[in-house]
Amino acid sequence: MADTMTSETTAAEAATHAEGHHTSTGISNEKLAMWVFLGSECLLFGGLISTYMFNKGRIGPDDVGPDDVFDIPFTSVSSFVLLMSSLTMVFAVSSIARGDLRGNRIWLATTAALGATFVAGQVYEFTAFYSEGLGFTTNLFGSAFYALTGFHGAHVTIGIIMLMSLYVMSVRGNLGPERAETVEIIGLYWHFVDIVWIVIFTIVYLFPQ
Amino acid sequence: MTITDRTITAPEETLALPAGPTIAHRPLGVFTRPQGSEGWTSWLFTVDHKRIGIMYGAAALFFFLVGGAEALFIRLQLATPNGSVIGAGTYNGVFTMHGVTMVFLVIMPMAAAFANYLLPLQVGARDVAFPRLNAFSFWCFLAGGLLLTSSVLIGGWFQNAPDGGWFAYAPNTGLLFSPSKGIDFYAVGLQILGVASLVSAINLIVTVLNMRTKGMSFFRMPVLTWMLLITQFLLLFALPVITVALFLLMFDRLWDANFFNVEAGADPLLWQHLFWIFGHPEVYILILPAFGIVSEIIPTFARKPLFGYHFMVASGIAIGFMGWGVWAHHMFTSGVGPLSVAAFSVSTMFIAVPTGVKILNWLATMYRGRLRFTTPMLYAVGVVSMFTIGGLSGVTHSIAPSDTQQTDTYYIVAHFHYVIFGGALLGLFGGFYFWWPKAFGYKLSEAWGKASFWVMLIGFNFTFGPMHILGLQGMSRRIATYRGDEGFAFWNMVATIGAFVIAVGVAMFFWNVYVSTRNWRRAGRPDVGPDPWDARGLEWMTASPVPEHNFDEDIQVDRLDHFWHRKYGVDENHRVVRAAPTSEVAHDGSNTNVHLPSPSYWPIVLGGGILLVGYGIIYNLWLAAAGLVFLVASIYGWILEPADDPDAAGHHDDHDDGDDHGDPDSNGGPSGNGESASAEEPESESAETEEEAATIG
Repeated sequence: MADTMTSETTAAEAATHAEGHHTSTGISNEKLAMWVFLGSECLLFGGLISTYMFNKGRIGPDDVGPDDVFDIPFTSVSSFVLLMSSLTMVFAVSSIARGDLRGNRIWLATTAALGATFVAGQVYEFTAFYSEGLGFTTNLFGSAFYALTGFHGAHVTIGIIMLMSLYVMSVRGNLGPERAETVEIIGLYWHFVDIVWIVIFTIVYLFPQ
Repeated sequence: MTITDRTITAPEETLALPAGPTIAHRPLGVFTRPQGSEGWTSWLFTVDHKRIGIMYGAAALFFFLVGGAEALFIRLQLATPNGSVIGAGTYNGVFTMHGVTMVFLVIMPMAAAFANYLLPLQVGARDVAFPRLNAFSFWCFLAGGLLLTSSVLIGGWFQNAPDGGWFAYAPNTGLLFSPSKGIDFYAVGLQILGVASLVSAINLIVTVLNMRTKGMSFFRMPVLTWMLLITQFLLLFALPVITVALFLLMFDRLWDANFFNVEAGADPLLWQHLFWIFGHPEVYILILPAFGIVSEIIPTFARKPLFGYHFMVASGIAIGFMGWGVWAHHMFTSGVGPLSVAAFSVSTMFIAVPTGVKILNWLATMYRGRLRFTTPMLYAVGVVSMFTIGGLSGVTHSIAPSDTQQTDTYYIVAHFHYVIFGGALLGLFGGFYFWWPKAFGYKLSEAWGKASFWVMLIGFNFTFGPMHILGLQGMSRRIATYRGDEGFAFWNMVATIGAFVIAVGVAMFFWNVYVSTRNWRRAGRPDVGPDPWDARGLEWMTASPVPEHNFDEDIQVDRLDHFWHRKYGVDENHRVVRAAPTSEVAHDGSNTNVHLPSPSYWPIVLGGGILLVGYGIIYNLWLAAAGLVFLVASIYGWILEPADDPDAAGHHDDHDDGDDHGDPDSNGGPSGNGESASAEEPESESAETEEEAATIG
């Protein structure tokens, strides 16, 4: 039995197997569920982004506003780190599909580390903003900014936890090539969270205030 | 089946991060898997979509009594001028809880009952795509419902009940104007219910898209399946919007955020937009399942195929899309501006078109049919007529100048009760009568059913008909009292009497359930047969009550109304003739060699964790933190538990896909416990499994 679970067991075979399960669409239930869930998430972030845009200008002339706190170069770097984690996620998916379990572990850990770097950057940013006088309750901009970026940060954190769970599974020998699709599905979530950050970064940080 | 095939097993529930083979029968070393399908505990741990459907229905009926009692308090208070039955503060709580209960805890879970029970059957699947998640949806719903309802009792009678109306307009629901815990219960309770509905929506969408039996193309699916699918998509996209709104409100109330703080420059329109972007699709979430039910009942009892099937489906889809473009007609008087008002007036007029298509198609289905006025048919015809009244008064709202006069009057109350009670609830009750024999194996009494229908219908019209007049006379909603000289007294008394007549009708329904069950038991539990109504859908093609494995073998569907066309053919004179007796066509449920998902503790455990977090957020964040830890631990327990139990024999083994049943290739092997356990297990583990089984034995 163990013989068959070597490198020749590829994602292609896993896909064949998924077809063997006769789903009507040809996509496995799990992957379809993730796509459907991400569709729902679009509306969640849509609502939060709308709330931010609706509220960001509603501050008094002496209030702490976006221009007073944003450090674009810093956030650009942390955004770049997050985007790079999407690349490493792709490597993680491709390595497990090829049956390269060691490579898969390395890329999973790298992705989680890059994500953690981003979250650490966000924590630093929040602390810095707070010390500059922008709290969650300070004004409408503060509430909307922290709610939006906080929700995104929570999503990244959940993604990191899932990646680390995959890593632990892999170390314990429970994440073989037959589970390549599991990694791919977590990857879908991860890419989604990254794409949302591109939108948030553009709208919150780069649009003229 | 080759060895390679068997070693690569697709992950069963990847949302739940399936783990490997090492932890099989004692997840986390704490529990063994629940076993068996007998006794009350088996209901707590079941993952069977039919049992979950029945539990949804039972819970919805319980909350229906709660919400109904609240309605009677409202009517008692308003029966006479200067009513003094309950105080104004309590009245706010009572009408808010009535609305919230009826929308979120009655109509939606009742629809979920039918969706859970019928969707897999109607598409010919063995279960939903994710059986454990399905169980979790129910327990999560129940947690939210109990949390919300407990607000009525905690800290005194209606002292901490939500009191801002079901739409909870902020900033009226801010701490300043609503200092009790009520709105916190509302926000947290609805969040929990939202999680339940979202999980259920994803599950059911995947089920319909992915688990249709052979030949079941989209345009061979019954209209009920279509309407429920559209409902799930509406839920999928509407829930996150209200989730955002509820989070903002919670942040404002718990942590002093400024989203609805007008002093800090906030605009109250934000809540109204977010709420109604959810709220109007929600209206179709409530009504589309009933439309689907009516579309099943009428062709059955008109003994004709549904007129214009494709138009029926297309109009449902059209409603699903257009439902997103009409929300601001709830806000015509809120100052959204003349352009918005004009645009939303037009879109509101347009959405009447697909609804009208449905009404006309139902009428055309009945036209020249050989109608049998059974109880379900009476309810269906009741929906068609009552919903039309509600739909027409709805179109009057699209005329903005007239709507400006009607806003916040009893005219609105009359309108939405005609569509939600006269449409959704009557349809769902019709569904109870129609599918009762399918779920329980005996029909409800026709005599009591018809009597109960007429009492409910008459009471309903006496309650809500006069509200049109009261509204046009200018009586406001949400007022606890009115003066005697305002001219509202007579019709309010009529409405109150009508409400108690409805209560009698509802009591007759419950009496019917009791009497019918008793008579059936006394008669020695006669078998009602798979197809007591001579109906059309696949669900009638298996035994009643539906066996745990649904169908004995995969069904190959070759056209719409497949089951009907197996029973009936056309002779040379184009007359419909019997082609085969039902007993030949339908399955008898005798196949015991079908793979079934195993029961699990985790869904209900997770539901309990969510309840803990909910109360924690309202009362004590430390409790919430403890709840969160418990929740995360439970999630890992869930993940580490294989979706199927390798220990279980017979029915319960490791294949989780719905397409294996009766397929000799997949389960006709040398079989037995070891065989079924081995797919995901290394040899040593399955040896251990057998060892343990031997020990137990």
